[in-house]
Amino acid sequence: MQAKLSVVALSVAAVFTLSACGQKEEPKPAAAPAPAAKPEVVVKLGHVAPMTGPQAHLGKDNENGAVLAVEELNAKGLEIGGATVKFQLINEDDGADPKQGAIVAQKLVDAKVNGVIGHLNSGTTIPASKLYADAGIPQISGSATNPKYTQQGFATAFRVMANDVQQGKSLGDFAVKQGIKTVAIVDDRTAYGQGLADEFRKAAEGSGIKVVATEYTNDKATDFKAILTKIKSTKAELVFFGGMDAQGGPMAKQMKELGIKAKFLGGDGICTPEFMKLGGEATEGQFCSLPGMPLEKLAKGPEFKEKFTKKFGAEIQLYAPYVYDAVMVMADSMKRADSVDPAKFLPAIGKTKYDGVTATIEFDAQGDLKGGAISIYQYKGGKLEYVETLGGSPVETAKAEVKEAVAEVKDAAKAVAGAATAVGKEAVGEVKEAAKDAVKAGAEAVKSAADATKASVEKK
Amino acid sequence: MDIFLQQIINGLVQGSIYALVALGYTMVYGIMGLINFAHGEVVMIGTLVTITVAGTLIKAGMPVALAGLAGIMAAVLVCMALGWALERVAYRPLRNAPRLTPLITAIGMSIVLQNVAMIVWGRNYLTFPSLLPKVNFEWAGAHFTAIQLIIVLVSAATMGGLLLLVYRTKLGMAMRATAQNPAVASLMGVNINRVIAAAFVIGSALGAVAGVMVGTYYEIAHYQMGFMLGLKAFTAAVLGGIGNLAGAMLGGILLGIIEALGAGYIGDLTGGFLGSHYQDIFAFVVLIVVLMFKPSGLFGEKTGDRA
Repeated sequence: MQAKLSVVALSVAAVFTLSACGQKEEPKPAAAPAPAAKPEVVVKLGHVAPMTGPQAHLGKDNENGAVLAVEELNAKGLEIGGATVKFQLINEDDGADPKQGAIVAQKLVDAKVNGVIGHLNSGTTIPASKLYADAGIPQISGSATNPKYTQQGFATAFRVMANDVQQGKSLGDFAVKQGIKTVAIVDDRTAYGQGLADEFRKAAEGSGIKVVATEYTNDKATDFKAILTKIKSTKAELVFFGGMDAQGGPMAKQMKELGIKAKFLGGDGICTPEFMKLGGEATEGQFCSLPGMPLEKLAKGPEFKEKFTKKFGAEIQLYAPYVYDAVMVMADSMKRADSVDPAKFLPAIGKTKYDGVTATIEFDAQGDLKGGAISIYQYKGGKLEYVETLGGSPVETAKAEVKEAVAEVKDAAKAVAGAATAVGKEAVGEVKEAAKDAVKAGAEAVKSAADATKASVEKK
Repeated sequence: MDIFLQQIINGLVQGSIYALVALGYTMVYGIMGLINFAHGEVVMIGTLVTITVAGTLIKAGMPVALAGLAGIMAAVLVCMALGWALERVAYRPLRNAPRLTPLITAIGMSIVLQNVAMIVWGRNYLTFPSLLPKVNFEWAGAHFTAIQLIIVLVSAATMGGLLLLVYRTKLGMAMRATAQNPAVASLMGVNINRVIAAAFVIGSALGAVAGVMVGTYYEIAHYQMGFMLGLKAFTAAVLGGIGNLAGAMLGGILLGIIEALGAGYIGDLTGGFLGSHYQDIFAFVVLIVVLMFKPSGLFGEKTGDRA
């Protein structure tokens, strides 16, 4: 009985402090004289992505990323403003539909969430961002890449992924590099697809590529034969698709069935395992781009991948690492501001310098990721293979490459030193020859290191 | 010119699929004046069942042709059972209710089936196993595959079989009698419940066949695939004259061809003012014009107080 009573007292105290936090962001030290129980604050984070509809698989992937981050944060037991913070994820489904996106956004605003992670699609993120901005709720999207999202001038809008201006430009540059002269552009009329296609068009036309056809579809279609037949008659060398994997896969397949030999290129929306599954053989040799660097190339990438597959028993589809980072950035900002009050920690988000899974995250004045890199991938033998990274913060990439070059030079120096020592130990008669060899080897090593450095600098 | 031919082929195949689905709508409507909006979902279930059964059997080492056949059989059986259950659970209790009630129930059943499928098969896109070898033909510059040929043939054969059933068998006669006047038909010794159940079961079996066709053609499936397909097939049925079997067939093929030509030429015809995403305009303009001059559809008959 005694024990039971104290439990009741504790929970009453907890509820009391909780409700106190609702009004004041600084929780008072627990009023009840229970030294063992630290006050606990519940921080509500809204997460929005399509959980139904054709993009539900990507939505689930995003949600998994957020769940993983929240669980890790809770396990760590973050302390903010003297209280232990417990993060609570409120998942909402927007069905990739702008109208529903605004409805669930209002729902989150009414629930007085401390921050919002999402939405997944640009088309839902843009209208929702106004509601969050009006309510002063910080929003970090891990996947909305349409430039408009951050161009509206809302102080609350951030994204942890390069936007489509950068991506469209990189894809255009890539097409030029591939020697493409004529291109047909297809988009799915969503904010994302249309935005990406427009940016690609600008970049392509700017570099002298001729756009010979512009066709449209929608984000629920499965039959593209009619528009592809028309594209076939233009003999375009490349078909660029601004849209998602659920359309891109079948589109690539139907291109093959119609005997179209053109290459297929798209953005992050088709850079998924799903695209390959749906497109089958037709995806072989095709290219796509993803903001950021490949997970394997990132310091924390493989570790994240392992955690993710172990927890959910599923492959990472696309944006999960970005959503994970978005949650972490939000938590990090709260920690730095030492407050969970949106008004207090919002300025801290702008000053973020967080070493995340996907990149070192810093925001520019608009809320865009600073120096977002774009990587190009190719589908080869049923796998996504990394080809190259374009754009991005030259400093970051150069730093990595210089580091590599320095390591090589160091190795070479070591070899020279080793050779020199060996020389010293040798009998006088053999000195000359051995020294010659050693110096030659050393020189060669230094030369190759220098070459590597030069190559990396030239790349810049 | 080869584009024109290719577009006609694209449209013909797409239209045959619409027609096969539209037959299911039109059969049920012809007999009891109900638009079974859950029919698109029956098609979807047919596709997904085939994926599960054929996929499992292929993995177990069965020859592809045999596994495919087993998958189709399973899909047909499951869909027939589903059609029967739909009628028994959702529509029979409402047979004498106002017309709007079963319509709303049908939409409700469509949502229920979608969500059940989402729970069972998940949210991800599923790949349909390739049951047929990929053979490509080229004729006068137009490309087509064996699958496309089979789709057109199967839907033509199915419609032929259905016409035989309705006009040459006792069950068919009972169906026509029920369509004309259920009360009188039952006085003449027709078991109305059985006839209506048979219409649902046969319509659903056709839906399953359509589902397998859609699956083999696009090789993808998803729990929401039935919705848009159902809507288009319904449009096709109305275009041809809902309640009329040949009308559904013609309406389906017409709709498919109009869509393909619309998507292919709308940009050129309007000087780029309207893009290919306006392809549906063509289909619906044709629908509106037909309904304006012949409200019962192309082949629709005047059915007295019905429709």
